[in-house]
Amino acid sequence: MSKKGFDDRGQGLGRREVLECMVWAGTGVLWTVSGGVPHSVGMIGDALAAEPKGFTFLQMSDSHIGFDKAANPDALGTLREAIAKVKAMPMKPSFIIHTGDITHLSKPAEFDNAEKAFGETGVQIHYVPGEHDLIDEERGKAYLERYGKGSKGAGWYSFDDHGIHFIGLVNVVDLKGGGLGNLGAEQLAWLEADLKDKSSSTPIVVFAHIPLQVVYKEWGWGTEDGTQALALLKRFGSVTVLNGHIHQLAQKVEGNMTFHTALSTAFPQPAPGSAPSPGPMLVPADKLRTLLGLSTVTVVQGNKPLAIIDKTLAG
Amino acid sequence: MQTLISHLRLAAARLAVRRALVVAMLSGPILGAMLAFGAVAAQDATNVITIDNFTFTPPELTVALGTTVKWVNHDDIPHLVVNKDKVFRSKALDTDDSFSYTFASAGTFDYFCALHPHMVGKVIVK
Repeated sequence: MSKKGFDDRGQGLGRREVLECMVWAGTGVLWTVSGGVPHSVGMIGDALAAEPKGFTFLQMSDSHIGFDKAANPDALGTLREAIAKVKAMPMKPSFIIHTGDITHLSKPAEFDNAEKAFGETGVQIHYVPGEHDLIDEERGKAYLERYGKGSKGAGWYSFDDHGIHFIGLVNVVDLKGGGLGNLGAEQLAWLEADLKDKSSSTPIVVFAHIPLQVVYKEWGWGTEDGTQALALLKRFGSVTVLNGHIHQLAQKVEGNMTFHTALSTAFPQPAPGSAPSPGPMLVPADKLRTLLGLSTVTVVQGNKPLAIIDKTLAG
Repeated sequence: MQTLISHLRLAAARLAVRRALVVAMLSGPILGAMLAFGAVAAQDATNVITIDNFTFTPPELTVALGTTVKWVNHDDIPHLVVNKDKVFRSKALDTDDSFSYTFASAGTFDYFCALHPHMVGKVIVK
């Protein structure tokens, strides 16, 4: 737990350390948006006790439906546990953002099972694909047929809700050998046009599967042209970047930008450089649920930032 | 470490998963070296490139024209072998799935994993 990709720039015991401790203690983080900037406000229990007022949404990620290896023989089961937590929330989120890897192998039955489980939430879900969602023989057709309606290119889109501009990006297509995640020129041009008429005071939430910033290059945890996307977002007063892919919490605040990666509901992955590879991390069965979870973001209109609370299945 | 071992020893008596973890932790480097050695030996006989821990082994393989090379994925995560110049491309290879390609022309064929592009390798055909 000493190695995390995001640099805290010597701010002492920062949010990162606190979050890490929370993760390992088996709790989580919920997001709240206050006045546009996301904030983690504490553990899920505290957050629920505080009954966040305002608009909330949830981030879920890396469900990997179809995964059945030793690290978690029942990824659908743990997703269902997460869904049960969502259903039990005293204040239902407005919607869910899924940051990719819905399935493990893009098989129709995996998509069906995921859809059925997520359908139980009764909440609208905005998806972006992970690399595991585009490995059907027709290279993404299965995903786009289900979730691509109204999207551009490989599945990117934007929408507005409660005064916030949400942007779903796809950085898992047309990857180059030796490289990282990739947005591509077409998507970057679309992003530029999408942001053109937006006032700089509009709060922005960007979500994509692979972290837009480089978390750990050696394992491909970053996006090759992510900095170009971030440059387009720089003029905005509040930018929240939500990612998945690395199956662990990492958080970083840089100027007006907050970066957050979510827990998986399927299996944990090791901290950067702490294992021979980023493959599924085998943990004792009684520890697994402390390393899986979801994140809630609460948005309070006013002059306060978004708050993020990550919740594990054990919490 | 002593505390850790005794703790794990207690736990291992109860949980098979934990026992596996202890074995992996204590013998990881030795086991890794043995696996790597095994892969090289297998490759000499049958031109097999193995995928373990997000790594192609051997990373560079030289074969004669007309040779069939086989990639085998031993990871718990799928990989997808693709040539940089799109000469060959596998399907997604789940655990223990394999992909074979017969090289009908000479040259250097750089390839990578389309899902984890930091994984790269090379086949040289002479």
